[in-house]
Amino acid sequence: MTHPKDPPPGMVEKRGASLWISHIIMIAGVLVVFFPIWLAFVASTVTQAEIVQPPMPLWPGDQFINNYREALFSGFNVPVATMLLNSLIMAMGIAIGKIIISLLSAFAIVYFKFPGKMIFFWLIFLTLMLPVEVRIVPTYEVIANFGMLNSYGGLILPLIASATATFLFRQFYMTVPDELAEAARVDGASPMRFFWDILFPMSRTNIAALFVILFIYGWNQYLWPLLITTDPSMNTIVMGIKQMFPSGDDLANWPVILATSILAMVPPIIVVISMQKLFVRGLVDSEK
Amino acid sequence: MRSPVCLLGASEMEKRVTFKGWLLPLCLIAPQVLVSAVFFFYPAGQAIWQSLFIPDPFGLSMQFVGLGNFEYLLSDPYYRTSFLTTAIFSTLVTLASMIPALFLAVVADRLIKGAGVYRTMLIWPYAVAPAVAGVLWLFMFNTRVGVVSWYLGNLGYDWNHVLNGGEAMGLVVVASAWGRISYNFLFFFAALQAIPKSVIEAAAIDGARFWKRFWTIVLPLLSPTTFFLLVVNIVYAFFETFGVIHTITSGGPQQSTTILVYKVFSDGFVGQDLGSSAAQSVILLIVVGALTIFQFKFVERRVHY
Repeated sequence: MTHPKDPPPGMVEKRGASLWISHIIMIAGVLVVFFPIWLAFVASTVTQAEIVQPPMPLWPGDQFINNYREALFSGFNVPVATMLLNSLIMAMGIAIGKIIISLLSAFAIVYFKFPGKMIFFWLIFLTLMLPVEVRIVPTYEVIANFGMLNSYGGLILPLIASATATFLFRQFYMTVPDELAEAARVDGASPMRFFWDILFPMSRTNIAALFVILFIYGWNQYLWPLLITTDPSMNTIVMGIKQMFPSGDDLANWPVILATSILAMVPPIIVVISMQKLFVRGLVDSEK
Repeated sequence: MRSPVCLLGASEMEKRVTFKGWLLPLCLIAPQVLVSAVFFFYPAGQAIWQSLFIPDPFGLSMQFVGLGNFEYLLSDPYYRTSFLTTAIFSTLVTLASMIPALFLAVVADRLIKGAGVYRTMLIWPYAVAPAVAGVLWLFMFNTRVGVVSWYLGNLGYDWNHVLNGGEAMGLVVVASAWGRISYNFLFFFAALQAIPKSVIEAAAIDGARFWKRFWTIVLPLLSPTTFFLLVVNIVYAFFETFGVIHTITSGGPQQSTTILVYKVFSDGFVGQDLGSSAAQSVILLIVVGALTIFQFKFVERRVHY
């Protein structure tokens, strides 16, 4: 994001009291938006007894290590550490898989003429329109027929079938100067050589930006893992939290459940905050 | 913000300089086409096919009923209610996530120092999965241990989203809108920063006060972003809020929070009514298609300006 402004001071931006009001509004906004996360964190550091006696404290207690240890290594159906690993594999698989297949297909579409290209292009384009939520039952049947229930392949493959990344790379390739491909051709370099030595290095920023978006998309999936992972040892963390609630009227073990919730948000939050510039860019570019 | 459609013109299809050969590009495009065919077109085709049949009571054979499933659905009061619920839900989520985001973005845009810090602080909830957001809000409003419901009780308001459909709707709306405030803020903030300061200053010199400037200059300049966010947020409310609803209310009480996507799930997987679930999928498919076309049409027009 560029800041083409920096005007002479005093014209439009506020100063004095009104400047302070603006800051107060922003701080209040941040606090309100932040409050649910804070409350969950506090609850994950106290005992169940402190929670069932409302109002719960608003400042962290001393049970941090106990609660997180219980969540990570015992959990309820399965240790949360296992669910974290499953989520990591799923998110990485979706992000990397989608990036690879779209880098290649965009290369084919932009740099070649071949029979049936328009048909393939439109087939890919149509996939933009259909979120997995809309086709859950038949997609579930496909996975079941392949014997891919409770497998990483079943978690990952149906979610990499979407065209957003392909269009992003296609747009980027179109901005690459023609002279580069021409020079490569004159030098007798093969297309794949051109791809690896020139196009791929030039796409690095786009790849990184897209990775952030896709990682979060994959990590935060809920419905799909809920359907196809019936074996607790294959549960992902985001869908596994719900499984920790008792079915009847029993009181939920809130400290451990909320410790798990905090663990579920830490990886995507780290990715977003540490790669903030790339993330904002990826978001605005892929309009996802 | 660009749309694929405006880039689809044949003249712009490929580079002027292309490589020779047809086997290599076919191999390059094969993985994506294969994945799309197996996990996308085949299931979508199945959904359309299944929507024309009903299984017999023993599940042994399928009986062709034409558009019977659709007729049945559209005359089913539960399905109609679910449509209405979805409309109310997505309208509320869109408003509840866009208005605060626009407000905060306008305030942040007037700050020269500190806007970046606030942006960093506001991004966090975007990374939180809808299902996890559902757990956090459920905890705050839990009838037995929730902090907010406890304080409401002290004020004399007896909060119970387990029994009260309106309160259940309010809770899933807020939990769904919460993370989207970050998303919308980022877009509004980026759009506001892109408005040339000179335009605003010219208006200020002409004596336009802040509100006048906001209504006559800033808001119209933001309209492309606003329209884009409207569509994206509606799509989000329709399809990506399943986790919120499943964790907080499971569609209840008395189906008061059963949105269309939730109904596809509960009829198809819980109720095992495949024909009806497939017909519902097809209707949703038409809704997404319409929204997508609307979005592209709009974005395309904007490109021509």
